[in-house]
Amino acid sequence: MRQVIDVVALNVILVVFLIVCALVVERTKDLISAVIIFSAYSLMMSVLWLVLKTPDVALTEAAIGAGVTTIILIAVIGRTKRYEK
Amino acid sequence: MKKIIRLLLFAGLLGVLVINIMNMPAILSVDAPSYNDSIDHYLEHGVEETGATSIISAILADYRSFDTLGETIVLFTAIIALLSVLKVGDSTRKEG
Amino acid sequence: MKDQVLKTIARIITPFIQLYGIFIILNGHISPGGGFAGGTMIGTSLILYTLVFGVDQAKRKFSEKASAFAESGGIILYILIGVIGIVVAGHFLANKGAGFDMGTPGSLWSAGMIPLLMIAIGIKVASTFITIFHTLIEVKDA
Repeated sequence: MRQVIDVVALNVILVVFLIVCALVVERTKDLISAVIIFSAYSLMMSVLWLVLKTPDVALTEAAIGAGVTTIILIAVIGRTKRYEK
Repeated sequence: MKKIIRLLLFAGLLGVLVINIMNMPAILSVDAPSYNDSIDHYLEHGVEETGATSIISAILADYRSFDTLGETIVLFTAIIALLSVLKVGDSTRKEG
Repeated sequence: MKDQVLKTIARIITPFIQLYGIFIILNGHISPGGGFAGGTMIGTSLILYTLVFGVDQAKRKFSEKASAFAESGGIILYILIGVIGIVVAGHFLANKGAGFDMGTPGSLWSAGMIPLLMIAIGIKVASTFITIFHTLIEVKDA
């Protein structure tokens, strides 16, 4: 019983963190900060996939979501403007 | 006034979402609609039919390998679109 | 970039990232992972090399010709494995019926065509990410 409560608490913490990250990404004017927060979102999502017992998706999310997406978005920002108007 | 209406609308949508999630079957439950005969088939015959002990890889690269080919073609299309729009300084092509 | 620490660390850590990516690809049929995750890791290691040593040196290591070869080669390898299924067993991407060696389930050499497909996907994905990054980071008036 104790273990079930722990897993539920971990789920709730992760989901609340995800929602906060998503809201903050929308509010941030500095686009590079937004990209870094989005990478934290992807990392939390990867831990959540691991809690949901899908290690394949967790591995792919950690590599693509937290790694490649961040770098590609920063490269795109480098070709445009850094601050949102 | 507009802002209050907007917030109320979003609160209503959030309520609908939360009620729906509360009514969903639990994770890994037997009542879930995604639990059907194909799962039993994959779990029972997956290893002897494909030889792969990781059932997810067996589904991804054997039972549904045509979909994986589609995913690969999506990546190919993406890279072609990117190169055709953004490629600079191609020294091998002559102007005109 | 001229930072000696970054250069040394990147030179040491890149082979290990690539080794882990190859491990993930080759073990795709017996453990979590597969072509997409492993290919992304190899692509990420090449992106790290580009970030530290610059585009020009990275293009000497992984040229546009090699990139084009890997791009088309991965997908053509995938389709050729499928065509073997058509010729031998009668339908596209047949595995057991096409006479691929099934081996013992759980060992590295098993599961017929699945490791070959994973290798094809891995080559394709790694080359896709590194090409996207090189194209995006190149300066327009170089």
